Amino acid sequence: MFLANLAILVLAGFVGFAVISKVPNTLHTPLMSGTNAIHGIVLLGGVIVLGSGVDDPLSRALALIAIIFGTLNVVGGFLVTDRMLGMFKHRPESRKGAEK
Amino acid sequence: MTLQPVLYIVAFGMFIYGLMGLTGPRTAVRGNWTAAAGMVLAIVATLLTPDLQDGWLIALGLAVGTVLGVPAARRVKMTAMPQMVALFNGVGGGAVALTAWVEFRESAGFLDEPAYVVVSSLFAAIIGSVSFWGSLVAFGKLQEILPGRPVTLGAAQVPVNVVLVLAAVGCAVAVGLGARYEVLLVGLLVFATLTGIAVVLPIGGADMPVVVSLLNAFTGLSAAATGLALDNTAMIVAGMIVGASGSILTDQMAKAMNRSILSIVAGGFGGGALTEEVPAGGTVRSTSAADVAIQLAYADQVIVVPGYGMAVAQAQHAVQDMAKLLGDRGVEVNYAIHPVAGRMPGHMNVLLAEADVPYERLKEMDEINEEFARTDVALVIGANDVTNPAARDDPGSPIFGMPILNVDQARTVIVLKRSMRAGFAGIDNRLYFDPRTAMLFGDAKSSVGEIIEELKAL
Repeated sequence: MFLANLAILVLAGFVGFAVISKVPNTLHTPLMSGTNAIHGIVLLGGVIVLGSGVDDPLSRALALIAIIFGTLNVVGGFLVTDRMLGMFKHRPESRKGAEK
Repeated sequence: MTLQPVLYIVAFGMFIYGLMGLTGPRTAVRGNWTAAAGMVLAIVATLLTPDLQDGWLIALGLAVGTVLGVPAARRVKMTAMPQMVALFNGVGGGAVALTAWVEFRESAGFLDEPAYVVVSSLFAAIIGSVSFWGSLVAFGKLQEILPGRPVTLGAAQVPVNVVLVLAAVGCAVAVGLGARYEVLLVGLLVFATLTGIAVVLPIGGADMPVVVSLLNAFTGLSAAATGLALDNTAMIVAGMIVGASGSILTDQMAKAMNRSILSIVAGGFGGGALTEEVPAGGTVRSTSAADVAIQLAYADQVIVVPGYGMAVAQAQHAVQDMAKLLGDRGVEVNYAIHPVAGRMPGHMNVLLAEADVPYERLKEMDEINEEFARTDVALVIGANDVTNPAARDDPGSPIFGMPILNVDQARTVIVLKRSMRAGFAGIDNRLYFDPRTAMLFGDAKSSVGEIIEELKAL
């Protein structure tokens, strides 16, 4: 199981390298924000640990905070990225009259 | 039981597809939502875990996170985006560290856990902590709660950092070797915390976006480690692609600022704001044709400032083609003609007229100088001294008093230039060191040609 997961890890690393080959500077910040949202997947860690049955109150509190943090990362990350990308949306028409 | 792995596979497929979308301006919005949909799928799949305990507490966590996150992301001003990303990145790292801590507590100090689980959990705990606190410091600096200038311990900085890292790793090794005391794990978290703070504090505000990107990659790696420890494929894949792409992105960002990641992390420079005089080795930002194309395409008003470089490269036809493409997109393109642009009066007018530029688009200096302040992008093509702000306000400059085009008042300035060589007057141009200025190096004609290709691809 570990070896299979390690194989997945290595392959995912190469996918990550390959996807980001060349990105225009203007998209750097949105892309950073988008990848930031994707690692919000850490939220699953909190869910799995808490969902496997935790009795100790401190552990439960820590796991709850982990879930809250992870959710913040996911929700905030994707929404902020969308707002950034909103800047690049195409306007319908130039406000000034077309030439001639 | 087979449904969950299948959903995970679909989810990480969507992450990768979404990430590919995020690298192009046309597909970025869709890419973002594809990844978000993948995330929802991954969460649903996890909630389908058979015999899931504490469902209400999990629901509470998800609800609180959403309630806090939505308004925070919605209300933040566009200018405050970088620190918001830092904050969201930080809490992700925090979640990793906390998860590792709970694992430690629940397994009685990793008793009877396979070695790889112990190692990945401890790795995740350290990196998650560093990322959490480092990001908080970055947030504080960007939000100007903390001083933006570098805060260093001077010569002691590097030794202190090394000691802190070694202390955190030492705790991890002790735990890994079977010392099951919680105080060791808490010590690990504390030392990692101090490391995060000590590394980011000395870095100047200007370099913060690169640092945030680096910490972003860190959080991705820690997420992948948590995925290994919990045997969760979605976390492994999502974490690792962020770790890998984040590293590449960090490198690209650093290069765009003419810096290396190492020199940024070594710290102490990025806070040096440009003062009155340009230091000889000031920071010049170079850009790419693709980037210029995006900035031009989404501008309302663009002013082209042609100079001798355009004439030498015979780039006027290409420039006019570019202006036509922009005009079709509703961008207003004008040309600012400085009286001494080129090497003879009217040099530019002739060249541009030959390229069928409509006459009314060619503006004389006095006519257009006030327009720069309202202009999104000033595109300087092979002009140098006629744009040098020193002529306006530096009595010591050899060209002081020469009327210039107020290019530096535009919101963004893009300079197409063959090299950093000084212009006709043989003096440095402060414009190139302005934070709003980006340089596209190369022959004017081929640079404009590349921009045209990128514009067509948009």
